[in-house]
Amino acid sequence: MTNDVTHTADKTPAETPETTTGRRIYRPLTDIVETADGVTLTLEMPGVAAEDVDITLEKRVLTIKGKVHATQPEKLQLAYSEYGEGDFERAFTMSDDFDPDKIGAQVSNGVLTLTLPRAAEAQPKKITVTAS
Amino acid sequence: MLYPTYTRRSDPFALMRSMLRDFDGTSPGRVTQPVFPAVNVWQGDEAVAITAELPGVDPADIDISVKENVLTLSGERKAPEIPEGARWHRNERGFGKFARSVRLPFVAAEDKVEARMTNGVIRIVIGRPEEDKPRRIEIKAA
Repeated sequence: MTNDVTHTADKTPAETPETTTGRRIYRPLTDIVETADGVTLTLEMPGVAAEDVDITLEKRVLTIKGKVHATQPEKLQLAYSEYGEGDFERAFTMSDDFDPDKIGAQVSNGVLTLTLPRAAEAQPKKITVTAS
Repeated sequence: MLYPTYTRRSDPFALMRSMLRDFDGTSPGRVTQPVFPAVNVWQGDEAVAITAELPGVDPADIDISVKENVLTLSGERKAPEIPEGARWHRNERGFGKFARSVRLPFVAAEDKVEARMTNGVIRIVIGRPEEDKPRRIEIKAA
């Protein structure tokens, strides 16, 4: 057993313009792993249900948004706070060779897993240069 | 670094303080991150609640125990299985065992603790014992 203490990773606000309500938008912590078949993204979005996740892929930019349900217990007031609550948002610029129709998304225990398989026709096309 | 020769003439130490602040990385205001998991504590007349964000933790891997007035929340964040030959682009999430204890303002009865997990956020509600609940005191006319 070690005495090392794990600290909570910093919940950093996303680099987005401020909201009208003054609520914060956080940047979900992400793991990205690449295999031969494609890329897998794992995003931590506690408090976000599957139906509240919004994923778009437009011009190579993959945007992930998650709406958080506030967890205020009934008839109780916040007495001490170590973390803030707010929606999640993050965007990544992807390489071009993904099939947008085959992106898989799954939410379990507040973690979103995105699988982006590489498109079959993404084999590099070589252009031969002829000497004139 | 360039310091203004005087910012406020009425306070001769202002410049010295601002210089010290530049060197001091541990001055108040720089709060260290809390131990995992970070907790929010809620209070009311009937109960006390503790919420914590535990994304990716299976409810079966979480252990909650109460001993007198100390509530302990422990468990493990299991690392995902990565196929061989995979390449990491980013690794921001943390994994491993964790434990966190919170001192309650009263001795909790075991049957009054209720925990629920939704979308990776745990909510533990601890009912206040009868003798701890606030009582309204009637004011008698003299």
